Amino acid sequence: MEQSNTTPREARRRAWPMEKHRVEDWIGKIYTSICVVFLIAVIISIVYFVTSKGVATFAVNGVSLKEFFLGTNWNPQADTPSFGALPFITGSFMVTVLAALIASPLSISAALFMTEIVPSFGKRILQPAIELLSGIPSVVYGFIGLSVIVPFLREHVGGQGIGIGAGALVLSIMILPTITSVAADALASLPRGLREASYALGATRWQTIYRVVLPTVMPALLTGIVLGMARAFGEALAVQMVIGNSPHIPTSLLESASTLTSVITLGMGNTAMGSIQNNALWSMALVLMLMTFVFVLIIRLLERRNRL
Amino acid sequence: MSRKLPILLFTLTMILVLAACGSKTGTTGSGSTTGTTGEASTGTELSGSVLAVGSTALQPLVDQVAQKFMADSKYANISVQVQGGGSGTGLTQVSEGQANIGNSDVFAEEKLDADKAKELVDHQVAVVAIATVANEAAGVTNLTKQQLIDIFTGKVKNWKDVGGKDQAIVIVNRPSSSGTRATYEKFALGQKVEDLAGSIQEDSSGTVKKLVTETPGAIGYLALSYLDDSLKAIQYDGVDANVENVESGKYPVWAYEHMYTKGEPDAATKALLDYMLTDEVQNGDVKDLGYISISGMQVKRDVDGKITK
Repeated sequence: MEQSNTTPREARRRAWPMEKHRVEDWIGKIYTSICVVFLIAVIISIVYFVTSKGVATFAVNGVSLKEFFLGTNWNPQADTPSFGALPFITGSFMVTVLAALIASPLSISAALFMTEIVPSFGKRILQPAIELLSGIPSVVYGFIGLSVIVPFLREHVGGQGIGIGAGALVLSIMILPTITSVAADALASLPRGLREASYALGATRWQTIYRVVLPTVMPALLTGIVLGMARAFGEALAVQMVIGNSPHIPTSLLESASTLTSVITLGMGNTAMGSIQNNALWSMALVLMLMTFVFVLIIRLLERRNRL
Repeated sequence: MSRKLPILLFTLTMILVLAACGSKTGTTGSGSTTGTTGEASTGTELSGSVLAVGSTALQPLVDQVAQKFMADSKYANISVQVQGGGSGTGLTQVSEGQANIGNSDVFAEEKLDADKAKELVDHQVAVVAIATVANEAAGVTNLTKQQLIDIFTGKVKNWKDVGGKDQAIVIVNRPSSSGTRATYEKFALGQKVEDLAGSIQEDSSGTVKKLVTETPGAIGYLALSYLDDSLKAIQYDGVDANVENVESGKYPVWAYEHMYTKGEPDAATKALLDYMLTDEVQNGDVKDLGYISISGMQVKRDVDGKITK
């Protein structure tokens, strides 16, 4: 394209038809530009839409921020409705953190096994198997949770079976592949020299893993965990089926609770657009979106650290 | 020039996107009412498209009837689309003119502002009765209204206090915005109840059924069509929850299934609504799918719950 500025117009016109690769170049550029512009427009529209809807609860309906974020009483259909979303915010964070706590050690161990201990077996069998897990639709996880995990907890641990614990277990299985594949990629991309140097100093395999490999890939492992948490935070269907959806802050892991996503999916279809009940759900969607931004931000920061 | 191209394209797209947003009220409606206009023919043949959106409880019936309707040669030029999304969505979309029919489990007055609800015309096409169900471990077959209130407000926490076994009560409720819950609270309990800590809320009838069947001591409520040998209804004040008792007005926990239109329906929509009320549909599809025929009802009820014979 630089040429087009330097060559006079006449010369360019004489060169018509353009060489084939030039035309292809242009078509490719225009096509990708349109796609990128479309993508940006979609993102901006979504952010604008969710924000405008979510802010309406406070701006139009006059619900106070304090009530929404700190109130524990959620009763939108009552004659004097109350919109305390704290139980859902805590519920979302509880299942997310619990799921990450359960899944991270498992995932990182699996990744270590695949890359450090038996790489050939790991690459050929374990990795595709774990990637397969991420392709299973969430409703299937929810149904398995409802049919297997909930009755198991009810019979062997006590309580209703349904609740935060069941939700965290289902989510932890769902985020296993995310954390495992990110961790496995990071481990595999580690320079050979590091390990060999460690072995040369007489370190055992365990010492190498524990003292050299893990600290080096720690930022990448954290990225994987945050990615998994982002997925867990946004997951709706599977959690909704097993968590019980009671709008209260639970006192035990086996008690029914709600997450932001489960309340939104339960209420969205039943409330009329523009009503205060509906707007309150959009405010929760806004909270979810902002949290996603926070997760992305954390990942970016971790990646920057990773590069250093 | 090459540097500026993406910026130019970007601006253009943004203008297009914003323009599309702005004209929302005018053209977006996917269910534009083609009605019966056009076709310079004699006008005996109906054509057009009908979009019905809303209640997932009503969706299977409308879906099935719409298939039969379109297969009928008289209405071959009418295309009917049925979508779920919930009563609230249905009412909003029909009120905004985005759908021709809004399916709802509740009266429009209960979800929309009074002036918006006034514009809608109610077409009642079926009745759904809701029965109280309990897990076998509860050991009860009949509950009075007061006992139900005590259970759902958390006053009674063990089945032995209402004549059952020594077993903790687990409430399986619907979310507070659900039409089924509104009906149950209004006609079975006579009052709104708050969500109790530790209660379970599920919106899908299948999940409610599964949970009540499997969780010891669970109590919930389901449309009659979901009951079978694995889960039996509990008598309400000594009255069995069955079709005859609903039709005669003895069993009070039921609601109309509404198909709302904005103003009077156009000809294509009216043809579908009339078709819903034919004997063939009312005694066939309606009953097959577990709803109660509107024509069999011996009592009528208005939006305030007043019953007339």
